Amino acid sequence: MAQIIVVTSGKGGVGKTTSSAAIATGLALKGHKTVVIDFDIGLRNLDLVMGCERRVVYDFVNVINGEANLNQALIKDKRCDKLFILPASQTRDKDALTKEGVGKVLADLSKDFEFIVCDSPAGIETGAMMALYFADTAIVTTNPEVSSVRDSDRILGMLQSRSRRAEDNLEPIKEYLLLTRYSPARVKTGEMLSVEDVQEILAIDLLGVIPESQAVLKASNSGVPVIIDQESDAGQAYTDTVSRLLGEDIPLRFTSEEKKGFLKRIFG
Amino acid sequence: MSLLDYFRSSKKSSTAATAKERLQIIVAHQRSQRDTPDYLPLMKQEIIQVIRKYVPISEEQVSVQLDQNDDNLSVLELNVTLPDH
Repeated sequence: MAQIIVVTSGKGGVGKTTSSAAIATGLALKGHKTVVIDFDIGLRNLDLVMGCERRVVYDFVNVINGEANLNQALIKDKRCDKLFILPASQTRDKDALTKEGVGKVLADLSKDFEFIVCDSPAGIETGAMMALYFADTAIVTTNPEVSSVRDSDRILGMLQSRSRRAEDNLEPIKEYLLLTRYSPARVKTGEMLSVEDVQEILAIDLLGVIPESQAVLKASNSGVPVIIDQESDAGQAYTDTVSRLLGEDIPLRFTSEEKKGFLKRIFG
Repeated sequence: MSLLDYFRSSKKSSTAATAKERLQIIVAHQRSQRDTPDYLPLMKQEIIQVIRKYVPISEEQVSVQLDQNDDNLSVLELNVTLPDH
């Protein structure tokens, strides 16, 4: 049985796809057979971030509709042979994802994979609800900013009432906070909510803090998940996040301002 | 941050503290609504419309609350403060 992980947020643009790509790649690099699924029907982007956009032939909706089988639609990652991508369809049909269809695909994938990472679209429409419905674990991606934190709380409500685990009275989904685009320097000057602030408001366990980093844009420009860039702070922070997801106890990094030289401190 | 910024920013109050305060209030409100059925806001509106046919009241004077006592029993509590005259 695979563990189903949804990467969700409510708000758009907070880093769900970046995080899905990084976390799925990290799990696979640690030797776990992983598939990452794009649930953003009509606005496919995970393939671009993963750098496999030119290899998409069949997609998630084709598989649900029986127009292709899973083996035809799954794209094997070129960097890591334990990693597969199931791209979203570009159809404009809003009802392309059905609970039965998604459930069947996830059940089939469960036989073969250890982890299924579901990259949720923004919002609380069908795609987002389907991405979280079957989840065992939720990674609530949040920016230290008012609208993102509020939307994350809305999504926590959905996880607790609209998921399969809630409907079947099973053990609730394990919810984790992933704080992205964090600037320790701005937290220090009182311009940005701190990790502790966000954790106190949302009251869920912290999985990781990803610092605001130029490496993220550079990585998506070239279609390489940022976790591959182990020189970068963001890449290392994602590696720590994956280790914590696998149960390791690792201290937080990149949450306090780095030391600056004397000249830089004076002239900025 | 340069030395100059340090002197400048220390005088201003922290906007992060304001953000936290505002979020705590809105999130608490959001959570209190979390387990209520979707029809509740509309039902509240309609109840207010009916009362307004007879007495002029504002929205703040009506509180509608649904309490789930156990699995078989939910209590709908309607509280209307009528004006003196």
